[in-house]
Amino acid sequence: MFAYVIRRLLLVIPTIFFALSFLFLLFFALPGDPATLLAGGADRTPDAGVVERARERYGLDDSLPQQFVDYWGRTIQWDLGESFRSGRSVNDLLGEKAVNSLRLAIWAILIEIIFGISIGVWSAVRRYSLSDKLTTIGTAAASAIPVFVLGFVLQYLFAVVPNKQGWPEWTHLRTQGLGPDTWTFFFIPTGEQWRYLILPAFTLACVSTALAARMMRGSMLEVMRADFLRTARSKGLNERQVITRHGLRNAMLPVITLIGIDFGTVIGAAVLTETVFSWPGLGSAIADAVGERDLPVLLGLTLAVTIAFAVVNLLVDLSYAWFDPRIRLGKDET
Amino acid sequence: MSGLDPLSAGVGLEDAGDIEGDTMLAPKPLRADVWRRFRKNRLALVGLCFIIFLILVAIFAPLIAPYGFAERTPGAFREPPSTTHWFGTDTIGLDVFSRVVYGARISLRVGIIATAIAVVIGLVLGAVAGYFGGKTDGLIMRVTDVFLSIPYIILAIAIASVFGKSVNSVIIVLGFTGWLGLCRIVRASFLSLNRLEYVEAARSLGFSNTRIIFRHMLPNALQPVIVYATISVGSIILAEAALSFLGVGPTPPTPAWGLMVAEAKSTLAVAPHMLFFPGMAIFLTVLAFVFIGDGLRDALDPKLK
Repeated sequence: MFAYVIRRLLLVIPTIFFALSFLFLLFFALPGDPATLLAGGADRTPDAGVVERARERYGLDDSLPQQFVDYWGRTIQWDLGESFRSGRSVNDLLGEKAVNSLRLAIWAILIEIIFGISIGVWSAVRRYSLSDKLTTIGTAAASAIPVFVLGFVLQYLFAVVPNKQGWPEWTHLRTQGLGPDTWTFFFIPTGEQWRYLILPAFTLACVSTALAARMMRGSMLEVMRADFLRTARSKGLNERQVITRHGLRNAMLPVITLIGIDFGTVIGAAVLTETVFSWPGLGSAIADAVGERDLPVLLGLTLAVTIAFAVVNLLVDLSYAWFDPRIRLGKDET
Repeated sequence: MSGLDPLSAGVGLEDAGDIEGDTMLAPKPLRADVWRRFRKNRLALVGLCFIIFLILVAIFAPLIAPYGFAERTPGAFREPPSTTHWFGTDTIGLDVFSRVVYGARISLRVGIIATAIAVVIGLVLGAVAGYFGGKTDGLIMRVTDVFLSIPYIILAIAIASVFGKSVNSVIIVLGFTGWLGLCRIVRASFLSLNRLEYVEAARSLGFSNTRIIFRHMLPNALQPVIVYATISVGSIILAEAALSFLGVGPTPPTPAWGLMVAEAKSTLAVAPHMLFFPGMAIFLTVLAFVFIGDGLRDALDPKLK
């Protein structure tokens, strides 16, 4: 087990190295002056002063291999450089944005687990009934809604409409920004904060909740055919105990995998959700950085997200063994 | 994926029988059989009808659309839907209905061409990795690992921002980033096919590797690919909309649905129709592909479900 974790971690390092190098070279190895590209983009003519500053700041007069070595020399010491636009340290930026993203993500994952699993189980227990069919269509629909369209539709329904119709104050939700930024225990909103949190959290959670519900339904149906469930029934347990104590536990495993595999989708959804709701997290910062060709910010934040991605995948693999003692890690690799 | 093993095992036995046959078609479930099962799935059928409808709309867009996609109606700004402008007009007086109609061309073009690129790359690399194994396999899998370790959307927006802003660059970006999952699926199929007798027999007959891979093994590895590719058209359309929305896709006045949503965001309170119709178009198209993909999976492999 321990050897397995070490081996996996060692594999992550070259993977991340090549991934980041690819992004780095993407901006530099392509035809065209990288300073121009950084300063304004291939399709515009940027200000000469901006180009000059870009060249100076990045040492773009150095040869490409030299710049590459410099970049990694700094990155290895966890010095992510300075934002090209604002001049802020990317390390500071990362710390600030990551906290906001994390809070949003915690709520989205809670929604995904609670709603995804209960909808899936509910649907599986009532297999082929009308409510099951409607739920199946509903989850398919929820997984096909573009995140940003959903965000705007929710904004319209829960912020614009209550305002227009003059509904009581407590129905008004906020759609832009972080809000008063007041939390207890790191993630529980206090005061007015919940108004700012609720719409982005549900938007972010929507797609993954739908996928989790679909997966949970399939997995539960599989388990409900299993012999041990018949045994549980025949020894006289009531249906609720059969489902929750015996069925649910066994059906959870693939869904936990999904939550891990799905992390990439969640990051994609986060970029869009945070952009739509102007939530100052990593996702919107990355989208902005791309728009502004702010390479240090893009590479720094991507590095952090990629490491998080790798760690989550590793944790998911480890959690298999924890949830299902029959699985031995590291013995059978494909 | 789990349905693959019983399937390929059965196929292997039959195939070994007529190995010297000239035109060797894989004995997959008869097409009529698949169609019969597919037809029973009402949602899949609805999805198929919608996509056929959408293709017709895209082909005949100039006949259907009452206005050009960049044709301004003077004085009609952000007008709500009416008889002259079915879906209303946008901030600069463009007819939303006409733009949604023309947008079908862009979405379908991006979805289909990018998927085709992704499928070709994924098939070839996955087949080569699974067939040859060893160092080739290791190299190809490490490359996919590297690209999969970058969250997809970040990879796509980074490449898109370098390639410039146009429909064609979006096609290239999504095509060249979309093959990763497919490559893994094809590789896994080839790994299990590799052990079967008919592949062994083909090898011992001295057929070239290319012939064994493409004529003998590929047809037996196609089923999951078909399902994956169908769903992938939908998700690529979704990704295209997201890229357009984030401003790294085509530029105005291109009638891309994602771009139209982005243009509507600042006037959400006064002109929700500008957002609703293109948003709905993306949603329905993606949903139709999801339904077709689900229906195909059930029809091709009735054991699942």
